[in-house]
Amino acid sequence: MNRFSYARPGSVADAVREVGSGPATKVLAGGTNLVDLMKYNVERPAHLVDVTRLPGLREIEETGEGGLRIGALVTNSAVAYDPRVQERYPLLSSAILAGATAQLRNAATTGGNLLQRTRCYYFYDAATPCNKREPGTGCPAKTGVNRIHAILGTSEHCIATHPSDMAVAMAALEAVIHVSGLNGEREIPIAEFHRLPGDTPERDTNLGVDEVVTAVTLPAPRFATNYTYLKLRDRLSYAFALVSVAAAFDMEGGTVREARIALGGVAHKPWRVLEAEAMLKGVVPERGAFAMVTERILQGAQGYGGNSFKIELARLAIIRALSQAAAGTPQSQTDKRIQ
Amino acid sequence: MADLDLPARQGFAPDASPAALPSEIPLTLTINGERRELHVRPWTTLLDLLREDLHLYGTKKGCDHGQCGACTVLVNGQRINSCLALAVSKDGCEVTTVEGLAASDGALHPMQEAFIEHDAFQCGYCTPGQICSAIGLVHEGHARTPEEIREQMSGNICRCGAYTNIVDAIEDVLAKGTTK
Repeated sequence: MNRFSYARPGSVADAVREVGSGPATKVLAGGTNLVDLMKYNVERPAHLVDVTRLPGLREIEETGEGGLRIGALVTNSAVAYDPRVQERYPLLSSAILAGATAQLRNAATTGGNLLQRTRCYYFYDAATPCNKREPGTGCPAKTGVNRIHAILGTSEHCIATHPSDMAVAMAALEAVIHVSGLNGEREIPIAEFHRLPGDTPERDTNLGVDEVVTAVTLPAPRFATNYTYLKLRDRLSYAFALVSVAAAFDMEGGTVREARIALGGVAHKPWRVLEAEAMLKGVVPERGAFAMVTERILQGAQGYGGNSFKIELARLAIIRALSQAAAGTPQSQTDKRIQ
Repeated sequence: MADLDLPARQGFAPDASPAALPSEIPLTLTINGERRELHVRPWTTLLDLLREDLHLYGTKKGCDHGQCGACTVLVNGQRINSCLALAVSKDGCEVTTVEGLAASDGALHPMQEAFIEHDAFQCGYCTPGQICSAIGLVHEGHARTPEEIREQMSGNICRCGAYTNIVDAIEDVLAKGTTK
């Protein structure tokens, strides 16, 4: 690990000033990703801003609009097991519990989970080229080992995925990210928070250099009955998604009022296709419709050899997840059998 | 919608100039019930502080990347990977390591007893982490069945493959309700 200076600001305003003080500054919250990256010399901050003592960011509160506001420092465990989250946003709870381990969930924070970086093998190996780590050096993953890599929204410069499960559920629930910076506060819909790699793969998100995440708000609950988080991976626990699907229906009688489908493990950000979701509006949810929707979601999917299997895996996973959501039988994150 | 076209905050960053580096930072931790006034450099992990500075060798370094769980300790009663925690960020916290589990009269913690009773280890290297993790699991209260125990213990690797007996030991403690 490189050497760095350290600050522990006592207010969000002080934290923002510290964070904006230089480009080589990093924010430390739970540390589960950043400290790991520092040990691999992937992240080499000159200055570390420890935000763990900022007041007011560890609460889960009701919003005036009937939703919940989750402070940026609330741990993944605290979100997943919060009775309000379990009752009103079981999709989010399920997705969080599908990820990592109990130890990591106890330390990792909501803000940090959103800002975690890809687990691309080449990004993690500072001895290899990587456009995300060192812009302009190339992307060995495209022709190398790419079993875990993206099939949608890739660019010639980067085929990395965003590794979060939590963010996939939040994308389906249309969460809003609240950030604070030198120019004040702003809200970023989660769909606009993470970026596609394009020709700037070094930028994972649209968070400014002087900004910190302060909270995530969830809109009033509508998807607490017909939902599932289906995660497919190489181990039954503690592995990143090869493909994951957050699926949810707001039902009216026997037809779909609104559908939400977000994919994880397949792109540089949680992947939603609004046109595909709209195809299910007013429809009786059944397999024929699911197949058409799936084709639309995966339109343009491209494999790179080692990850080409993900296209068919995603196809089957989406159909299965939509079936689980329609039946109101969400995937258990303990009993790994897929019904 | 606010302007999103701001510069990236991720990416490669150079080392700090040595002149800007801090000396040791004061830190107060309560470790196994004993309050300690310490000084650490900011890049010292909680694991390295415990082992290298305080000579508490019970907590093990396995992968040093949060993947094996050998370094699991309880911080404010919650199990975490001490290898991924910078010690400075835990200022004011209570840390319990495997050395702090037995009672003052030497009586082992019920989880330690159960691991012995069920032969839940072979080489023993992962055991301090397994036991701290298992105590965290019991306190969390989210596991009851063997399947749930296995899922909730997936952050602790045992290369000897003592998993079956580890699950039995934890199930036993849960059934007896004896952990504090």
